[in-house]
Amino acid sequence: MAKETKTLNLNFGPQHPAAHGVLRLILQLDGEIVEKADPHIGLLHRGTEKLIENKTYTQAVPYFDRLDYVAPMNQEHAFALAIEKILKIEVPIRAQYIRVMFCEIGRILSHILNVTTQAMDVGALTPTLWGFEEREILMGFYEKVSGSRLHANYFRAGGVHQDLPKGLDKEIGEFCERFPKIINDLELLLTDNRIFKQRNVDIGVVSKQDALDYSFSGVMLRGSGVPWDLRKSQPYDCYEQFEFKIPVGKNGDCYDRYLCRIEEMKESVNIINQCLANLPVGPIKTDDGKISPPPKKEIKQSMEALIHHFKLYTEGYRVDKDEIYTAVEAPKGEFGVYLISDGSSKPYKCKIRAPGFSHLQAMDYLIKGHMLADVPAVLGSMDIVFGEVDR
Amino acid sequence: MQNIQDLEKILNSELNTKIKSSLIKHNQIYLKIDETDLTEVILFLKTNSKTKFRQLIDITAVDFPENEIRFKLVYLLLSHEFNQRIIVEIDVKEKEIVGSITSIFPAANWMEREVFDMYGIDFKDHPDLRRILTDYGFKGHPLRKDFPLTGHNEVRYSHENKKVIYEPVKLEQNYRNFDYESPWEGTKYIKEQTKE
Repeated sequence: MAKETKTLNLNFGPQHPAAHGVLRLILQLDGEIVEKADPHIGLLHRGTEKLIENKTYTQAVPYFDRLDYVAPMNQEHAFALAIEKILKIEVPIRAQYIRVMFCEIGRILSHILNVTTQAMDVGALTPTLWGFEEREILMGFYEKVSGSRLHANYFRAGGVHQDLPKGLDKEIGEFCERFPKIINDLELLLTDNRIFKQRNVDIGVVSKQDALDYSFSGVMLRGSGVPWDLRKSQPYDCYEQFEFKIPVGKNGDCYDRYLCRIEEMKESVNIINQCLANLPVGPIKTDDGKISPPPKKEIKQSMEALIHHFKLYTEGYRVDKDEIYTAVEAPKGEFGVYLISDGSSKPYKCKIRAPGFSHLQAMDYLIKGHMLADVPAVLGSMDIVFGEVDR
Repeated sequence: MQNIQDLEKILNSELNTKIKSSLIKHNQIYLKIDETDLTEVILFLKTNSKTKFRQLIDITAVDFPENEIRFKLVYLLLSHEFNQRIIVEIDVKEKEIVGSITSIFPAANWMEREVFDMYGIDFKDHPDLRRILTDYGFKGHPLRKDFPLTGHNEVRYSHENKKVIYEPVKLEQNYRNFDYESPWEGTKYIKEQTKE
């Protein structure tokens, strides 16, 4: 007599610590095997795109910090580039260097968080404690340059808000000297760790073709052996001037993605070192008075400067009628901004393309046939942050 | 990297009857096509050896409430081989049903769901067209221009009912949209005078 089997529906989240935020997964289980996964997202939906349509271009920048909140400046970068391309603004070279440097700091921030929490999801607590100590230092750099540890609001169309405070470059240099040893320590804990490998090798394998079909980008794509990085293939700002390698995986499983992230952190340190070695002197934002506000000193003396200051912080600058898509290589993949301007000081439409959205979409495809315990491992290696998925 | 001008020429010769207009701007190709040709054109762009736009980056819509054809659907595609981006646009009327491209790109699934959720555009043959970002039981389409920024309902935990309840939005002060007339261009009546 055939035994009657029944599938079990399991509700995972939205308050599960391994869900990396507010994800609700409806899992259909056959024993411990996942047959189907249906992610319910939108629990952190804040209507960012709608809000941006009602704010001036300057006021819209902070919303980008709140998308992928573990690497805020990388998002601002995409938005700043979009406006700069429409207005054809030349960004001073020092500003470009500072932006690249802080984008790479953002990449390290994001990768530390991901690598260590992925380790925690599969049972290792120590990497998290070690890694977060370093994140704290990096967020200290964020604070020194922008005033806040997380929601920086630092990049502007045409440059950055203010120059590096005195001595910060030296501090970042010291960090870069020390940090490779920390990566090494993390690797000693994880890379050859038997349990870590058992939990990650051959889990969540993505083939090259599927990675393309599912719109994967960033490490999810490179982990499957596609050598594609926007910093190399469509360089923005001054990325052309730096030498760095693009680590590519072979098997497309969770373990390869972990290795890619570790290597990327090393490359980021390398880029920051190059930035610091050649940091040019000069202005840090465009001198076009109709876009960047005048320095505080001038406001005290010049009526013209005061008027400009007032107009730029109330009405904001106007952006010509245009339509553009710009993308940057954020830590999680291709982060894009599709911007439609209508000549006023507010965007007519600003669609945000978040890499995590397409990655999470493939959850059902990735997890089918795996065990229930693999769900956090796959989720962790996808590097999901709900700020950007839900927008 | 294949030259973008050559690529535009190839597109125009291979798809000439289907293209309404094409344009190169910001190093990207902007293609305007008819809704009826959508799936064919997308399939061509993906599979043709000269284009190879094998990755769908995003799908989104734009609302122009004053136009007779209200929405513009936008498909962003990327070709790794030729390092090119293309933006395919179609015009869609309100309540018009558009063909789904989920059979060509599985990634289109959630993107179309998002467009459906945010703009209320229906997709034919979509395997699972549900709301995605908004709340369960949500009404309206938030990214339409006629949807108020503050929304219609707010939620709070009610201690009397011991559950989360929905109420119409009550604000002490409504969201105010200031109109900044630029002093550099003069006020309205001066602008009208200078026009004449």
